[in-house]
Formats: sequence, structure tokens, C-alpha cells
Amino acid sequence: MRALSIAAAAAALLGATAASAQAPAAPAPDSMAQRMQACTACHGKEGRSTPSGYFPRIAGKPAGYLYNQLVAFRDGRRSNAAMTYLLQHLPDDYLLEIATHFAGLELPYAAAPAGNASPQALERGAALVQHGDARRAVPACVQCHGERMTGVEPGVPGLLGLPRDYLVAQLGAWRTGQRKAAAPDCMAQIAGRLDAEDIGAVAAWLASRTPPADARPAAVPPAARPPLDCGSAWR
Amino acid sequence: MSRISSRRRTASVLTGVAAMGFALAGLIAWLNVRGEEPLPPSPVAVAADAATIARGAYLARAGNCTGCHTARGGAEYAGGRGIETPFGTVYASNLTPDAETGLGRWSAAEFWRALHHGRSKDGRLLYPAFPYPEFTLVTRADSDALYAYLRSLPPVRQEARAHELRFPYGLQASLAVWRALYFRPARFEPEPQRSADWNRGSYLVRGLGHCVACHSGRNVLGATAGGPELGGGLIPMQDWYAPPLAAPSGGGDAWAAEVVALLKDGRGAHGSAMGPMAEVVYRSTRHLTEDDLRGMAAYLGTLPPAAAPEPAEPADPEVLRLGRKLYGAQCASCHGERGEGQPGRYPALAGNRAVTLASPNNLIKVVLHGGFAPATAAHPRPFGMPPFAQSLGDAEIAAVATHVRQSWGNAAPAVSPADVIHAR
Repeated sequence: MRALSIAAAAAALLGATAASAQAPAAPAPDSMAQRMQACTACHGKEGRSTPSGYFPRIAGKPAGYLYNQLVAFRDGRRSNAAMTYLLQHLPDDYLLEIATHFAGLELPYAAAPAGNASPQALERGAALVQHGDARRAVPACVQCHGERMTGVEPGVPGLLGLPRDYLVAQLGAWRTGQRKAAAPDCMAQIAGRLDAEDIGAVAAWLASRTPPADARPAAVPPAARPPLDCGSAWR
Repeated sequence: MSRISSRRRTASVLTGVAAMGFALAGLIAWLNVRGEEPLPPSPVAVAADAATIARGAYLARAGNCTGCHTARGGAEYAGGRGIETPFGTVYASNLTPDAETGLGRWSAAEFWRALHHGRSKDGRLLYPAFPYPEFTLVTRADSDALYAYLRSLPPVRQEARAHELRFPYGLQASLAVWRALYFRPARFEPEPQRSADWNRGSYLVRGLGHCVACHSGRNVLGATAGGPELGGGLIPMQDWYAPPLAAPSGGGDAWAAEVVALLKDGRGAHGSAMGPMAEVVYRSTRHLTEDDLRGMAAYLGTLPPAAAPEPAEPADPEVLRLGRKLYGAQCASCHGERGEGQPGRYPALAGNRAVTLASPNNLIKVVLHGGFAPATAAHPRPFGMPPFAQSLGDAEIAAVATHVRQSWGNAAPAVSPADVIHAR
């Protein structure tokens, strides 16, 4: 009896193994996450790259900001050959759906890595972020990116949890005209007023901060009007 | 005495050479204007009603005019895109009706002369990066409809950029020699023993569609001369391989349906449009009517089929082992354990011709750069393929490419790491 049941179990097991070897693999789910595997290869699982490396986190960024970036890559206002190549045959409505998908992901951030910036650089970076530099008409970053620097809906991105190299590259690209935002391009004006040391200091300080537990973008702008007229910020 | 006669001989040889030079120059000049009727002294009005303009818009799609005449992020048809060639960069012109920088002062006859004879309003010869060797087949009525459509666009003031061609390719004289060798103005002659569908397809494929611009080899002077018609070729500067367009075994309804699906939806049962063809589908063929696409398939189905390649030798077992392992880890979840794909989402790799072409470039480029098949009415939300350029090395990409080229009935030659380096 017992031998029989073992034999039956073995047969069942064999049958199951044979069946699983022949059954087609489960079809990929009909989801946005499945569609977006081309993105997560570089931007990390679910779009949550860490502050190390170069690729920016996209998960949880404001949808309007992400959409503007996708359109800018496709239409050549931001320059990254891989991004342009991926997006060039996708229409606006799908880009908006992609942006909304990544904006809706609420995922915890990794702790900021230990940087190697000098205390003086970090101090200078903190001062620029919190207070700007009135002498050179540089507004404080927090005036647009939010008091907690987690961004403002719908178009202003948070700047915490990003790789330092990425931040330096973006401010540099704005200075040289490689990156352009909707006119009037306030970030191009601001980056033009910063020197290389300022950019290094701001990037180092931002990359050294671990985002708060609730890192969602602010729903309400910090002021009625942004300090500069800005095509991508609230008006 | 003998000195004088030798001088005379030299003089007569020089005279002969000069005469031959003049004769040759005259022949070249004649070959460049042969068949041209003089332009009418005053512009003749052409129809510009809504139906003509709509037909012109459709024909502009069929010719993928925006593909070159719209810069990335720029105003439609305002030109400025650089077309890279082995001879330098040719910049597309402004086709909007701006009087100073576009076609504002062009007559319909001058526009027709550009398409049919490859000459600009001012009489200068045009570079064949503008595919007038194919557009020469466009009928005058279609040329006029295109003209009416372009005239209906909002004018955009944008000066054309000067071409950047290396010596001697920038000279009109060089261009005249090229045209004397490789350009013949022609008219589309329907073949009465073929169906209307087939003739319409022939007109679109060989004329406005200018398929031969990519799907043919080019000689050292950049002409698509020689070789079987639409026999495939490596696209200069891009290194994507445009495959032969003949049906593998003489066409048939299933093959024609797949051609229509590929052009309309960007996907067929055996593969998706990627690389430069994704652009053609997105900007051009997805907008064409089923009737026109069926006609194109009918025409392509009668091209003489190319000989099937001999099955290749199996690759080194070590390479195949590595390729199989990488495939299981990186590819199988979408393309299937047996390369069967998932209909409408991920193309099958078993029996996929892009995978088994003699040139492995397309397969390597898709693995390196990933991509989305073009968004189309049937597939408005495409599934993406991740780029592997950063995560896999040359030997790994070669191994996985070799694995898919030699599995599930595929029997194409192995891919070497050098092939991958070349395609990067």
C-alpha cells in the first residue's frame, strides 16, 4: 500500500516535471512595468537607481517633469543618444503614460553615500541651496524645488537621492546649452550665473543628503510666483 | 626641321585631347539636361483644393519627406537635418512656402523639375541624397499634389545649411559626372499584363517610397547600381543591414499579409521593425492605406527570390554554452525558452529573418541598444527591449547572438566579438 502510494507520488512528480518542461512559460503580464523593462535596465529596478553611479532615479518624480524630459530627449532638447534612440518612435500620449507610471511609484530611497567633498564645499553648497547668492542674483534652490528639496508638482523635480556626477553634468549641460528646458529657461539662466566650483559644491551637498521618509513632491508651490519666470515651473 | 615637326605633332595631340575633353564635357552637359522640357514662361496654376492637398499630404507620407526635411524637434518640413554620407553631410532644405528660405517662390513646374530631373529652382544640380533617381518616376499629377500640399503649410523662415562635402564631391562638375554615369530621368510605365494592385505597388516601391535607397548595395560612388533589384545592402554610415525585399520562396498570401502587417503595424509574425525601418514605419508606412500596402506586397512578391543560404557550421560548443546560459538569464522571460516570443509583445526569434541575416549587424545592434518597435494603431503602447551595451561585454553579446542564430531551427553563421566591436 505504502509502496504503491510512493510509486503514485513518484509518477505524479515525474508527470508534473514532464508537464512543466513542456508547458510554455507564463506570458509576460500586460502591465506598464513589463513594458518599461527598457528603462529599468539603466534606471534600476522600478526606476529607483541609487545615488551611486550616473543614472538618475526616476521613480516618484513629478509626472509633468518626467513627461517634459521624455519629450525633450525625443525632440533633441536634452542630449543622450541612448534615450533619444529609445524614444524616437513613441507619441506624446504614450510618453505621458510612461511619465505617469514612474511618477506613481512610491518607493523608499537608499541612504546617501559617504562623499569625499571638503567641509568648505559642503558649506558653500548648503548656503547656495538654502539661501542662494543675492549678489549674483542666484535664487535659493529651495525657492522652486521645495523647502525639503523633494520637488513640487507638477513640473519641478526633487534633487535629493541623485548621483553627484549626474547633478554636475546637468548644471554643466545647462551652462553650455546642451540641455534646454521650455522657454523661458530659468535653469539655463541660473546655471550661467554659477561657476564650476559652485556647481561642484551644490552637487556634493545635494548628493550627501538622504531624502526624508516621505519624499513625495510638494503639492503646493512654496511661493505664489517662482523667483524667475520659468517655462517648466508653476506660474 | 625635325624639331618643328615634333612641335607640330605635340600641338596636334594637344588639340586632339582638348577636342576630346570638350566633347566629353559636352556629352556630360547634354546627359544632364537631356529630356528636359523648357519651363513655362509664366507659372501655370495648379489645383489647390482640399482634396488635392489631402492627396499631397498622403503622398508626402508615402515618400517619408519629413524623414529628412524635418530636423529633430524642429518645425515640420523646415529642413535642417543633416544626412550623413560617405562623402560628407548633406543638409535637407526647407520645404515650407517661406518666400526667402523655402519653396515660396517656386512654381509647380520647378518643383516637378526637382523631382523628375534633380535640378533646383536656380538650375543647380541636386545631390542624390535627395532620392530623385527614384522620384523621377513620380507622375506630374502627384508632383502637383505634393506641391499644393507643401504650399498649404505654414511658412517657416529657416535658412538652409550649406552642405559639408569633401573635395571634390562638393563641385557641381563632379555631380554632373555622377549624373551622367548613374541618373536617367524616367517615367513610370505600367505593365498592362500585371494587376492594377501590382502596378500601384511598383509605382510606390520604386518611386516615392524610394525603398532602393536603403535596400540595395551601393558602389564606391554611392550609386545603387548593379546587383539584384532590392537585393539588400548595408546602409552607409549607419551600418544597419537593409535586407533583400524579395519573398524567400516566391511570395504567397501569408507572406504578403506579413509584409502588410510589418508596414502597417510595425510587427509581423516573424519580427518587428527596428532601427531605420522603425522610423520608416512610424513616419511613413503606418499611414498608408491597406490597398497601397497590399500593392507594395504584390510587387515585392514578384521580385526574383534570392538563393537560400547554406546552413552554417555549428559554432564552438563553449560559445554556445555561454550563449545559452545568457539567453536563459536575460532573454528567455520575454522571447521564450524556445525563441517563440509572445504575439504582439515580443517577437519570436525562431524563424525571425532579422536574426539569421548573413550580416549579424541588426541583431547585434538590437542587443546593444534595445529599443521600442514603433507605436502604431494596432500597438499604441509598445513593449520595450532593454539595451545591453553596458551590462554585457563583446564576447557575451557575440555568444548570445550566436546562440539565437543557431537554435530552434535557425542555422546562421556564428557572431564573433570583433563583429560586436565593429557594430558598437
